[in-house]
Amino acid sequence: MSKKSREYLINRRDNQYEVVIGLEVHAQVLSESKLFSTSATKFGAEPNTQVSLVDAAFPGMLPVINEFCVKQAIKTGIGLNAKINKRSVFDRKNYFYADLPQGYQISQFKDPIVGEGKVIIDLPDGHKEVGIERLHLEQDAGKSIHDLDPQNTFVDLNRSGVALMEIVSKPDLRSPDEVSIYIKKLRSIMRYLGTCDGNMQEGSLRADVNVSVRKKGSKEFGTRCEIKNVNSIKFMQMAIEYEANRQVDLIEEGKTIDQETRLFDTKKNETRSMRSKEDAHDYRYFPDPDLLPLEVSDEFVNKLKSEIPELPDDKKKRFINEFKLSAYEATILVSDIEIAKYFEEVVAKMGKNKDMKLAVNWITGELFAVLNSKNLEITKSPVSAKNLAILVNLIKNGTISGKIAKTVFELMLKNDEDPQKIVEEKGLKQQSDPKALEELIDKIINNNREKAIEYKQGKEKLFGFFVGQAMKASGGKANPQLINEILKKKL
Amino acid sequence: MSEITKLSLTELVESIKNKKLSSSEVTKAFIERSEKSKVLNAFITKDFTSALDKAKKFDQKPDLNLKLPGIPMAVKDLFCTKNVKTTAGSKILNNFVPTYESTVTENIWSEGAILLGKLNCDEFAMGSSNETSFFGNVQNPIDKNLVPGGSSGGSASAVAGQLTPITIGTDTGGSIRQPASFTGTVGLKPTYGSCSRYGIVAFASSLDQAGPMAQNVKDCALLQEVISSFDVKDSTSIDFKRSHYSKDLTNNIKGKKIGIPKEYRVDGMPKEIEDLWQKGIEYVRDCGAEIINISLPHTSYALPTYYIVAPAEASSNLARYDGVKYGYRANGENLIDMYEKTRSEGFGAEVQRRIMIGTYVLSSGYYDAYYLKAQKVRRLIKNDFDEAYKKVDAILTPSTPSSAFKIGEKTNDPVSMYLNDIFTVPVNLAGLPGISIPAGHDAKGYPLGLQIIGKAFDEQNILNIAFAMEEKINFKNKITDWWIK
Repeated sequence: MSKKSREYLINRRDNQYEVVIGLEVHAQVLSESKLFSTSATKFGAEPNTQVSLVDAAFPGMLPVINEFCVKQAIKTGIGLNAKINKRSVFDRKNYFYADLPQGYQISQFKDPIVGEGKVIIDLPDGHKEVGIERLHLEQDAGKSIHDLDPQNTFVDLNRSGVALMEIVSKPDLRSPDEVSIYIKKLRSIMRYLGTCDGNMQEGSLRADVNVSVRKKGSKEFGTRCEIKNVNSIKFMQMAIEYEANRQVDLIEEGKTIDQETRLFDTKKNETRSMRSKEDAHDYRYFPDPDLLPLEVSDEFVNKLKSEIPELPDDKKKRFINEFKLSAYEATILVSDIEIAKYFEEVVAKMGKNKDMKLAVNWITGELFAVLNSKNLEITKSPVSAKNLAILVNLIKNGTISGKIAKTVFELMLKNDEDPQKIVEEKGLKQQSDPKALEELIDKIINNNREKAIEYKQGKEKLFGFFVGQAMKASGGKANPQLINEILKKKL
Repeated sequence: MSEITKLSLTELVESIKNKKLSSSEVTKAFIERSEKSKVLNAFITKDFTSALDKAKKFDQKPDLNLKLPGIPMAVKDLFCTKNVKTTAGSKILNNFVPTYESTVTENIWSEGAILLGKLNCDEFAMGSSNETSFFGNVQNPIDKNLVPGGSSGGSASAVAGQLTPITIGTDTGGSIRQPASFTGTVGLKPTYGSCSRYGIVAFASSLDQAGPMAQNVKDCALLQEVISSFDVKDSTSIDFKRSHYSKDLTNNIKGKKIGIPKEYRVDGMPKEIEDLWQKGIEYVRDCGAEIINISLPHTSYALPTYYIVAPAEASSNLARYDGVKYGYRANGENLIDMYEKTRSEGFGAEVQRRIMIGTYVLSSGYYDAYYLKAQKVRRLIKNDFDEAYKKVDAILTPSTPSSAFKIGEKTNDPVSMYLNDIFTVPVNLAGLPGISIPAGHDAKGYPLGLQIIGKAFDEQNILNIAFAMEEKINFKNKITDWWIK
């Protein structure tokens, strides 16, 4: 791990500061119903249409654990290489707020369902292990809406009671970039597992970011500030950058950093104090007497283990070994489960005589460019994996040249058309008849006698000129490999 | 007509099944007596018109296979009843009408019973005299200006005063057994997990348990049979094989081993309680049971433990009454102001006191010293019982350290009020079943009760012992109808 060159340091006068970051990621459990009630969890529903008596904390209502959410949390724990706790306890976190109907949030405090684990993140110059402290299950709160009326606040309880996994990392991250890579990796793992859709726009993934700074080489941690509820990777990075610099400035001015909770103002690009340690809530955690401790058997956990799909790290290893991809290519292809699926489908559809390199280049090159420009997920790709496989095969077996393939690809975008059909209909088939090409080349050499002599005298650059002439004469359809061979022979 | 209200549940069920009485006649009789008994203040909400309608409907098409065919009954106002106001004795729920039914009451209605109304109780079941109710104190039918006990004071008064043939209460630290003892009635607190808590306004979730109150043991057994059920809507409900408590009821308790815990001989206990206990011991001996002296060493810690655990849970359970979603709301300048005004106007003094205690014992820095310690002691108390049950089948104690006291006598002395529950609280802490049966009178002619504590899920056994003792004791409640002109 030679990441010295990429170290993220803040320089002031003669001092260099290192930034220490830990994340508390709140990931919404992918589940049809809430953690302790049967209400739906669909995003974007009319306010207060997905609220049960339990979610609204009516008198005498009791929580009943949703087994599916427990399974999701355990699967996530397995995906994080973490210890699954066979006994965990739900606690009440008590505080008053208008969108918290019970007056407490049911969470796990002392005994979380998942213990220590780790996530491997790929850095440009190696990889790094990020420690996971714990994962626990908890309820989401509702939403207070302050901007609908000048006097009143409105409350939407659709989110109230939705299951969240809080995934707490160790303070192992050292730069905004590492945070970005870590979040993406976490998101990727959960999408592979189908335990969280990772949709940050819809709030399915948000994080509290703990930031502290220390002089480079120091072993002790500085005082940390917690930036609450940041809902995009970009904002996390901006918030860390601002906050780290703010803390360094305080130290440089000889001042102390107060341990506090801060908010990130996305408009002003700054963090602001929300409450100090002294004002911190006393949540009065205690075990929820309405719920028994959650006990899971080895059998239960093992069954879930057996349902775990191949995860990004293993898939990457397999891609490298089986398909002889570079680490870089494999990393890109496994980064998202849907991309990996697409790639594997292309591979399958290419059949026996396949060109893996070519397929990878087409997916990460042409296809990604189109998806990016149209802002599409790969699941909505205008070109199906099947047709892309056919296209790659057409190039591989010499039916069309790479250049013509680009034209064909453009035509495929419209209706996901079969490239074979396009090639036939548009007469784009590559000229691979050696005799015809020899004739064509003879003609070009004859027309350019002087250049042919210059080439023979050592001006090797001119080879390209002849290739170009040949391609031009064939309308771009000549098989470039054959052209090369014939030219070499004739010149 | 008044003869009807004197009948026991068992007699009423028989009369209706034999078509000697109609549900309408029975319902009318209890309604008429209730109307003449407003002085008792047992009802918070009367649902008489609707009850008569239901009785008429029942009579048109009577299903006589039900366990409570057309039987009218009132229930404690802690049970949520669909479309009928449910207040928990509090101003903060004074306008609350649930859209749902508690499992326990649902069980009752599905066996054919008919709701008469909602009975007074201490606010959120916090009290031992029914004096903390927002709806005023309840009179004990035994004597004027006497408390009926609490928190199920309205329930006890209504059964003793024959305003309802049977009722259900809830018992967190003695709230069924102590009022039963004060009114000369029978009250059973079932094993924790026997009756669903779904739809019961929560006081202290790890202790709360619904239970039957009746004029005699057999009625009590029948009602327990109806209300006890496994319920997936309550995660603490337990799926165990429930007996047919009334059918299996027997007075044959020969050879049963009954434990007498020495620690229940508390300082300052009146001699008449001591005598009553002694009499009780003789009764069970007469029934052929064996008396064994036992020790429950941690008994003296039960009350302090209870007054940490119960308020802690209550402080959190009552957080939902914040004026935002339902119930009473005071106007405020902002959210915090609204909270403060709503809760200080909506909750009475005793509830506020317990919220404060509960908040304190859970706060950081005090949690370990109070709440956590209390949980450990609670475990020791449970272990005491486990140890004792290796030697005995049930335990006999007095129900309360005194008979009913005068209204106002203890309102300014919370600790002396709390001491009322000294014999009942350990049973809740250990999650065990306990039954109080009337066993005699004190010098003033006020009833006194004895408590039989059973093993977990062993309701049948303590009902049997109670049934056998009841026969020997032959208790007659002295109801003079003083409140009816």
